Amino acid sequence: MSQDKKKKKMRLSLPEEELMNPGHVGCQGCGATLAMRYTLKALGQKVVLCIPACCWSVIDGPFPYSSLDVPIFHCAFETAAVSASGVKAGLEMVGDTETTVVAWAGDGGTFDIGIQALSGVAERNDDILYICYDNEAYMNTGIQRSSATPYGAWTTTTPVKHFKNRPKKDIDAIMAAHRIPYIATASVGYPEDLFKKAKKAKDIKGTRFLHIYAPCPVGWKSRSEDTIKLSRMVVQNATFPLYEIEWGEKYTLNIKLKEKKPIEDYLRLQGRFRHLTEKEIAYMQEEVDRKWERLLATVEGCQ
Amino acid sequence: MKKRKEAKKIVFKSEKEVPLMPMSVGSFLFNKTGVWRNIRPVIDPTNCIQCGICWKFCPDVAIYIEDEFPMIDYEYCKGCGLCAEECPSKCIVMVEEEK
Repeated sequence: MSQDKKKKKMRLSLPEEELMNPGHVGCQGCGATLAMRYTLKALGQKVVLCIPACCWSVIDGPFPYSSLDVPIFHCAFETAAVSASGVKAGLEMVGDTETTVVAWAGDGGTFDIGIQALSGVAERNDDILYICYDNEAYMNTGIQRSSATPYGAWTTTTPVKHFKNRPKKDIDAIMAAHRIPYIATASVGYPEDLFKKAKKAKDIKGTRFLHIYAPCPVGWKSRSEDTIKLSRMVVQNATFPLYEIEWGEKYTLNIKLKEKKPIEDYLRLQGRFRHLTEKEIAYMQEEVDRKWERLLATVEGCQ
Repeated sequence: MKKRKEAKKIVFKSEKEVPLMPMSVGSFLFNKTGVWRNIRPVIDPTNCIQCGICWKFCPDVAIYIEDEFPMIDYEYCKGCGLCAEECPSKCIVMVEEEK
């Protein structure tokens, strides 16, 4: 170690303070823990988390121990959004208007089971921040298909011979139709972007929705060291573009792509897509292109 | 870097002592996840460019910064290999754990 190297100051792109402690029981290379780490860095300690049944209700540790430095409320599967709304109302009753109340749910608790409560909260425009970390199946209970599972994916309930033949539900468009103040998509492969969006969402009043893409090495049958690579690739091949929607109408694209990468490299890194033939991959590429063109047209129409 | 909190398990004698909400003060630090590991990351400090990328992408918060250099906390590192994959100067290598 040379002497002048020691003098160089380390420049970190995120604050050094940690609100997530080591010792949690997430799998190796878990994307959801990274999502939580970056979000808590942005939100600070004045936060109450409402966690329904999802991976994070396990990762956190057995009751009454916890690996997070913020208060947690474990609620029922379908009630993440309304529990958060109730906690917020309670805090307001005792005069606390500063605390951010966060509903932290997986894709099952958002896309399938929790959508009724989420829709109600969004319609009332209750002052909560709803965060969905999307690992594209019910990973916690053993990799069952959810409506966030993409076309062609293997899960235990959609085996290789009968893989899922329906596309992923477009939750951001559903939320945009509720005309809520802020919706954003983020990926753990772009931590600075995720940090910026969480900070922005914290200062807005009303229902905010954050959709975070979080790879799951166990359920996707990918290598644990590929988590960040996958979450970066998914943005670069336009399968999961990063954008913000304000009041359901104003679209802003955050990562502009100079050239779109083919979807095949991304699929080949994951064991859940191993059975796909050239024809199916071509169909998926077509679908991605079509969705991307439509998004570009929407973004252009807003300017 | 702040000093780590103490990793001590709080033991409850009876059910009545257990709090109603999860304790959120790093009460799960006693769970040393380092025993899960099969391969361990080793940092070569001579090639390190101090970018902090390994620290940023650690899902287990097992990399901390000491004297402007990243250090690995082997008590908690699960050996996922993300730091070695993402390191731009390739100065982290994964070596087989000796049992």
